[in-house]
Order: sequence, then C-alpha cells, then structure tokens
Amino acid sequence: MPENTRLDHRIICNLIEPESKVVDLGCGNGDLLQLLVEEKKVLAQGIELNEKQIYKCVEKGVSVFHGNIESGLVGYPDKSFDYAILNQSMQETKNVGFVIKEALRVGKKVIVGFPNFVHLKARISVFLRGKVPVTQSLPYRWYDTPNLHFLSITDFDDFCKENSIKILAKHFIGKNKKIFFLPNIFALNGIYLIARDTDSK
Amino acid sequence: MKEKNIDVVETKYFSFGKEDKLVLESGDTLGPITLAYETYGELNEKKDNAILILHAFSGNAHAAGFHSGDKKPGWWNEIIGSNKAFNTNKYFVICSNVLGGCGGSTGPSEIDPKTNKPYGLSFPMITITDMVNAQKKLIDHLGIEKLLSVAGGSMGGMQVLQWVASYPEMLRSAIPIATALKHSPQQIAFDEVARQAIMADSNWQKGNYYDKAHPEQGLALARMIGHITYMSNSSMEKKFSRKLKEKNYSFSLDIDFEVEGYLKYRGTSFVNRFDANSYLYITKAMDYFDLSEGKLFPNGQAATARFLVIAFQSDWLYPPYQSIEIARQLKMRHADVTYCEIASSFGHDAFLLEIEEQSRLIKHFIDTTHKRI
Repeated sequence: MPENTRLDHRIICNLIEPESKVVDLGCGNGDLLQLLVEEKKVLAQGIELNEKQIYKCVEKGVSVFHGNIESGLVGYPDKSFDYAILNQSMQETKNVGFVIKEALRVGKKVIVGFPNFVHLKARISVFLRGKVPVTQSLPYRWYDTPNLHFLSITDFDDFCKENSIKILAKHFIGKNKKIFFLPNIFALNGIYLIARDTDSK
Repeated sequence: MKEKNIDVVETKYFSFGKEDKLVLESGDTLGPITLAYETYGELNEKKDNAILILHAFSGNAHAAGFHSGDKKPGWWNEIIGSNKAFNTNKYFVICSNVLGGCGGSTGPSEIDPKTNKPYGLSFPMITITDMVNAQKKLIDHLGIEKLLSVAGGSMGGMQVLQWVASYPEMLRSAIPIATALKHSPQQIAFDEVARQAIMADSNWQKGNYYDKAHPEQGLALARMIGHITYMSNSSMEKKFSRKLKEKNYSFSLDIDFEVEGYLKYRGTSFVNRFDANSYLYITKAMDYFDLSEGKLFPNGQAATARFLVIAFQSDWLYPPYQSIEIARQLKMRHADVTYCEIASSFGHDAFLLEIEEQSRLIKHFIDTTHKRI
C-alpha cells in the first residue's frame, strides 16, 4: 500500500478479500476504490451524488453511478457484491435504517465507517465550553455540516443488536493511530464489518 | 496534448445483399443495400481499436473532419480527432449513415433497382434492429470481430442499445447518450405530429414526389416542432428571450420574435438536406424501438461489456429517468456501469453541445476499456 494511504482506507483494505466484488456507497473521488483495485484486484463499483466527483472516478478508471445512495442501490439483485462500503457516508443519508438494510441486501458483508460524536474532545466541548463540537472526524460547524445523524460507538453497537446485525470485526481510530482502549471515549472513528445475522444461522 | 481536427475526408460506400438480401424485422426482405460510411484514424494490427459511432435521427456518416471545399465540419467533430475524446491517434473510428436514411445509404429516396425509380413508399418499413443488422455487415466487411466501443446520442443511443441486445459478443464497451430503452407516449406523440405535418402537405403525394415539388412546408414544420423539443425552456430563454427581429411589433402575422425566425430558418434549411420520406420511416423506426423489461438481454445472459450511460439534466425529450432505467437494467445483469447526469441547460441538444464534460468521461472510459484488453 502507498505510504501516504489514509488510515481508514488501510483498515478497510485489510478487511477485504482479494478479487471480491465491492460497491462503495458515497465513493467520493474514487480514491478508496482505486486503492482496492490496485491492492486487492477487486471489481469496483461506486455510487456518488456529486457530479464533479464522477469525473474524478472515471479518470481513475472507477465505474460509478451518479445518484444518491438510496436510489443508487435500486436495481441491484440481492448479494450482488461481496462487500458494500459506507465509509463516512451513512450519517449523511436521510434514512439510515433503510440504507443499512439495502447495503446488507446487495452486499454479503457491509463495512461502515463513521465519526464518533462522543469522543473525549467532543465531550469537553459540550460540557466545558458549551459548544457543539468540532473535531478532526467532525470538522463541520453546526450550520454547514452534511451530517444528519450523530452517533457514538456505543450507539452503533446498540443499533446492530436491535436490528439483528452481526458484527464481524470492529476497528477504532484516533488521530493517525488505532485505538484499543475505551473506544467510545478515545476513538474519532469506528470501522465495522457487519453482516445480516440470519446468514449465520 | 493538443487537439487537432481530422483533415479532409471522403464518404465511402459499402454494398451488400444483392443475392443474399437482408431479412427485416417486419419479415420483408431488402437488397441490395448500400451504406455510406466514413472512417477516421487507423485500424491497428490486432484490430482491437475500432469504435463505431452511431448518429442521431437527422445525422449522417459525416461525423468528423471536412469534406473537400466545406467550411463546416462533421456533426461530432468536437469529440472525434487527434487527442480528442475519441482519439484518432489511438483509435479507428467508424460512422455509417443508417439504413432508411438520406445521407447516401439505401433509403426511400434512393433508386429501387427493380423499377429504376426512387423507392418512395414502396420502401419497406425498417426498425432500429434492421439498421444495426446492416451496420454489422459493414463491421464484418471491415474485418473487425470485436468493437472497442459503440457510442451515440439520441437515436444513436438506441442503436448502441440494439447492438448490446443483438451482438453482445462483439462489444467491449457501449456508450448510450441521452437515449431510452423505448419511446414514451410523449415522444411518440411528437413524432406523430411531425409525420402528420409532412403527410398533410399536398406536395407529399403519398411519398411519390421525387420528380415534382417536394413537401417542403410539411418537412420544415416537422423540423420546427423537433427543434422545440431539442431545446429547454431555459436555453430558449437565454438564446431568444422575447427579443424582436425589428424594433417594434409588426401587428401582423409576420415574424416578430427571434424565436420564430430561428425556427423558420431551421425548418427551411433542413429541407435542403433531408428527405421527407426518410423522416417518416426513421421516426417510425424510433417509435417501434423497445428494449424495456429485460429485452436488452434477450438470452438472459450476463452483461460482459462495460457501459457509460450519459444523460442531461434539462433534457425533457429523453429525460434522465430513461437513462437511469437503462442503468437499472444493466445493474440487474451485474454490468460494469458508469452513469452520469450532466448538469446542462441545453436540453436534448446538450449531447452535441456539452463537449467538455462528455469528452472527459468518454476519453477516460475508452482508455480504461482499451487498457483492460
């Protein structure tokens, strides 16, 4: 992997089996998919809302569907992909429940990467400064954030439990390093590998 | 790298089906058939760099470069040439006039060898499938077993889709632009109004006008209607607003508004280059076209080609939802598909006008496809 590869991309890349089929929901400029093509020889498909990013994906040879995640998944048969990735995009969708369900339908496994809203810095900001937090993983101010949902690591654990979602692996990252201790306080981001629980039965 | 135009080109002609006539979708047979075509760039030794360009309703084989003495280049000159989207330094680009057309290919205005007179309405009804079957003969004749890509907008896009349905094994990629799997009732309605305009012209004479006055008024009116559907409300506002030809209203039925003058100009210049009967036959072929409901993959096979589907935001004649439906059909077949809805205010005309965005997509898409061979 190139030296300057983002940590979350490294972790996701390590979660993925070689030569699998991958859809990246909210793939941005296609960097992650390009990495997966180069490192893991995956068959890559992106879904992205921003037209400018579409051109960047195509320049990288990444196939991409222009549309939002909700409508972009329509039409794919069940288990079309080995992995569906929702990296930093889940919290921006309107109907998270539907998106996760759809991702778990088209992908045999789903990788979710999301910012932890209750990171220590965020807690300090709320409790001591009385301000809505702005952190490395939540860099936006209250009036310009694309995030529609704010969740913690514990919240996502609960969400998985309530929705019969099996957690296959979890990784936590802080500032440029992995976090192993009290992730709900010290992790800026969580990366989960999940699957439908029914698949295991 | 610097883009360069194709120099002077000449239209070529390929004839087939003198004995072995083409069996049409309607069951009729037609032959001999001539297709007018042009090529740009060179076919490489492996013959794996050929791209077939398919023209829209009123287009012809002259897609790029200049005919000797002409000042105006071919209809997609901006996108075909040295270092352009369809880069003729690397790729061999072919464009043929459709069967039923009036740009040198066999059509109702050409001479029927049986009678030595123009076919007129004795020309059999043709479909998009028939057009593609004729193109297939041309590609065979050129010795190409597999095309690197087939690309086209509007009716050209329909031919692209028909290639996918009829000859999937011959394609590495396909680029349907501003098109649809089938005409909606609204699209059929516009075609029918245009046909009625031609047929209501007393000079039409049931298609038998070639040695007499042509149904110019009817054909011009049909084209005027067409041009309204090719633009968008906002592009018309930008282009014409309510600007007047003269300073004041004429208070007569003469042309007052610039938009009226534009449509009239478009209509009258069209009659010099297009045949009224071809208008009838080709619009009917578009209306008959229907690859919806899984017919894009008639044998239920998986899609092996890569796809680049392009639509334009303000195109209300072939709205983006029709391209999204194409993409949906492709997804169902696990196809490798890129779909982009380009933000453009030009309406359906955008596929001829939004060069920069389309070029960016097409150029990289084709290069990626070629690299993966």
